[in-house]
Amino acid sequence: MSDVPWLSILLAVPALGALALVLMPRGFARAREFALGVSLLTLVLAVLAALQFTVGSGGELQLTEVYSWIPQFGVSFALGVDGIALSMILLSVILVPVCLVAAWNDVPADGTRRLQGYVAWMLLLEAMMIGVFAATDVFLFYVFFEAMLVPVYFLIGQYGGPDRARAATKFLLYSLLGGLIMLVAVIALYAEGPGGTDGFLLANLTGLEIGGVTEKLLFLGFFIAFAIKAPMFPVHTWLPHAATEARPATAVLLVGVLDKVGTFGMLRFCLQMFPEASRWATPVVLVLAVVSIIYGALLAIGQKDMMRLIAFTSISHFGFIVMGIFAMTTVSQTGSTLYMVNHGFTTAALFLVAGMLVARRGSRLIADYGGWQRVTPLIAGTLLLSGLSALSLPGLNAFVSEFMVIVGTFQRYPVFAIVGATGVILAALYILLWYQKIATGPKPEEVAARTHDMSVREKFVIAPLIAAFLVLGFYPKPVLDLLEPAVTTTLQHVGVTDPAPTISAEGSEG
Amino acid sequence: MFDVPEIDYLAILPLIIVFAGGLIGCLLEGFLHRSRRPNAQLWLSIVTLVAALVAVVWVARDNQGITAAGAVTIDGPTLLIQGLVLMLSIIGLLAMSERLGGTNPDAFTQAGVSVPGSVEEADAVRLGGTTTEVYPLTLLSVGGMMLFPASNDLLLMFIALEVLSLPLYVLSGLARRRRLLSQEASLKYFLLGAFSSAFFLFGAVLLYGYAGSMRLDVIAEAIGTQTVMDGLLVPGILLLAVGLLFKVGAVPFHSWVPDVYQGAPTTVTGFMAACTKVAAFGAMLRLLYVGVEAARLDWQPVLAAVAAVTMVVGAVLTIVQTDVKRILAYSSIAHAGFVLTGLIAMQQVGASSTMFYLMAYGFMTIPAFALVALVRSAGSEATHISQWAGLGQRAPWMAAAFSFLLLAFAGIPLTSGFTGKFAVFAAAIANDYAWLAVIGVLASAVTAYIYFKLIVTLYFGDRKNDTVVVTPSALTTFAVVSGVLITLGLGIAPAPLLDLAANAAHFLR
Repeated sequence: MSDVPWLSILLAVPALGALALVLMPRGFARAREFALGVSLLTLVLAVLAALQFTVGSGGELQLTEVYSWIPQFGVSFALGVDGIALSMILLSVILVPVCLVAAWNDVPADGTRRLQGYVAWMLLLEAMMIGVFAATDVFLFYVFFEAMLVPVYFLIGQYGGPDRARAATKFLLYSLLGGLIMLVAVIALYAEGPGGTDGFLLANLTGLEIGGVTEKLLFLGFFIAFAIKAPMFPVHTWLPHAATEARPATAVLLVGVLDKVGTFGMLRFCLQMFPEASRWATPVVLVLAVVSIIYGALLAIGQKDMMRLIAFTSISHFGFIVMGIFAMTTVSQTGSTLYMVNHGFTTAALFLVAGMLVARRGSRLIADYGGWQRVTPLIAGTLLLSGLSALSLPGLNAFVSEFMVIVGTFQRYPVFAIVGATGVILAALYILLWYQKIATGPKPEEVAARTHDMSVREKFVIAPLIAAFLVLGFYPKPVLDLLEPAVTTTLQHVGVTDPAPTISAEGSEG
Repeated sequence: MFDVPEIDYLAILPLIIVFAGGLIGCLLEGFLHRSRRPNAQLWLSIVTLVAALVAVVWVARDNQGITAAGAVTIDGPTLLIQGLVLMLSIIGLLAMSERLGGTNPDAFTQAGVSVPGSVEEADAVRLGGTTTEVYPLTLLSVGGMMLFPASNDLLLMFIALEVLSLPLYVLSGLARRRRLLSQEASLKYFLLGAFSSAFFLFGAVLLYGYAGSMRLDVIAEAIGTQTVMDGLLVPGILLLAVGLLFKVGAVPFHSWVPDVYQGAPTTVTGFMAACTKVAAFGAMLRLLYVGVEAARLDWQPVLAAVAAVTMVVGAVLTIVQTDVKRILAYSSIAHAGFVLTGLIAMQQVGASSTMFYLMAYGFMTIPAFALVALVRSAGSEATHISQWAGLGQRAPWMAAAFSFLLLAFAGIPLTSGFTGKFAVFAAAIANDYAWLAVIGVLASAVTAYIYFKLIVTLYFGDRKNDTVVVTPSALTTFAVVSGVLITLGLGIAPAPLLDLAANAAHFLR
């Protein structure tokens, strides 16, 4: 199609930006502006790249680039996107500038390298996020998957809250363990494929029909890594700790984008490369997904710390995404992929608004608040709006996707769908109770006197997110058009067709 | 009648250069005034090593073959290992020569023979004594290391083992600070090394009894055709392996490693850790792949078990260490296990992945120890982990370089450590040792804990201590920068060197 290596450029711009920031002299005063500029440039480039993407041409990979990298290992530097990958990349490049603005005052410009380091790690993380979603070579994917840990580790460990060192180490060890198990599977997978100097290309590894115990073991190797990343019950315990200790902006990137690598990986790698094993594992995965939904929601209700609460809501939401993926109907998977986009925006808004509250009150404990709709009406209002998005109010973004996941799952697994749907009710509880404790009640006079409502900068942070809520809530069609062909292709690889409706044909359209 | 064996002098030119350089160094010690020795010896050593490297690349490579009555084999693996040893010893020697503004190499005592704390020692310091004998000692040791993987004869291999070991015993005992610890390390190394040499020799004798010759090709021929003394073969191989496994620090022959690595002068530790390991694995490749390959069903399971135990013990013991040098020591044990994982895969891929891992490991180890030597508290090296807290703020470049090397040790992608691990695990999986690869990745995850704990200390720790990072001269800077760049390069674009390793992995038999 076009000869411009769009994805490589997208990858290179933030990476070079990060490098430039490191090389600049200590105490470079405009580090934030520079980083924001780089991230906006990346956003523009990503939009341009997206315009090259032909929506109607089925689910195959587009904007592809393949270069030989380590031929001895069969590794290529291969990039390419389908609708799902493209939407995740767009989500990332939108959220990074938002987070940079949100993190404007996180680190003081004190003449040391701290601030430069902070924004440089964010840019590097952006590059790796783009890379991990665009990689079409299993080895390359693995490289990004693992290398991504380093910027997050430093973002949490160097810039986070009081218990940051432990949280960062816990996050890293969990992820590294999953990743290393996956490494064995990656190497073994190569042996199952055609081999040769480009044996790690995804195209060479799909449709292998490995079968038997080998396929199941390989599936598990990949799935455990993705389940840790996602995170699913019972390997979710790192997330609340990491999300609490990280800065809100870091938490957004961590939960909003990075964790999607897990579900993205399930779709692209587990299902497509190991279809038989995926069908074999479906019952267990669905049970774990439903447990995640309910367990995450119940724990969210019980949290005293806002950031922990948001982390547990995410575990619940990831349960929905995984349920939709493994229900393996077109509707449920399209719903899941849309959910991945929506959840990114919703969680971002929740973390950032909560971060604004914490910045004013100096406490993450919900009990320290009360009556804040009279103190900061705008912040309280956006909190409510983000909360409503999280509990899937019709008209806001998450509703469409959650509905599609439940409907799609119901087509094949009605019991799971019904049990999972109770998560929706629990969501209303944890969100509304939280809002009630924070915003309603008598006005806290002594706090109100010295607290300002949302600043202009914070409005700029929140505006794009609310716009995303509304657009995706009222008119999700363009995104769905982007996602659906890719989902159809995935299902073809798995060899699953939608179950024929048994009662009537209604209600299969989200 | 005794025939004078024909010797292909061009093939062994690198060896001749290094040994000649070492001997000239000894003469300089005797004839040159002590004030001029440090510079002269440094230049002589560097020129010798570079000349030998040039000879490896341009002369010996075109004169491959088995020479000296079948005792020396100059082939692809030999040349690669020799070149690697030379490159590593160049940067190792540069790091060792760090003077930190003084007139002598800073790491070494000025009076190695005197009793620590004695009047003689004080006199030697006052009169400006030097310890420039470390240069010829290093060169002779390098010569032994180059001969070790080239040996096609068990007796020659034994001689090479001794030639490389004896100078190392002395070097270990020459630390300027904490001299008692250093001397203890030296003695321990010497005694245990002597033990392992005895094992090696005993193994050589058994194989001689089995095959009637010490030459590897004759032994290889005897396996399968010879049935009379069959009982000697496997014990012989295993005893030889004990000697070699001791040198690489594999469990259960590892107990010397932490003490010696901690006690020896830090830069010597770096040199020893990298170069000895390279040479010993080179010799192991030669012995196992050329000599006793046909009997591999007998020794492979034993070595696989050793590899597994080495990775597990090395990894688990690493995480309870509180001294940076001991952490690196135990991690070197774990790394020996990773190399063994590649080595027992056999085939060409086993040899090439082993050699690639050695490259990767060598170039991250020497700079790591060179950086450890720069961290000081009250004039002596600060190696306790708590003394490193908060260095990230005070010495950002040092901390960044060390953290990067730790990432490489942990095997994070885009560093040579990852490429190396991938190479050895891929070799193991392709040759039915998937279980070993699984143990390997689990051990990697365990060791990652301590590496990241060190990074945590560097960056996230509080800074209440008097630790300083001294500014190194160009010597250490060059060693560190080149090591870091190679570590990064092997992570990002390893293709050319993988090619080199694959092409070199053909043994002449």
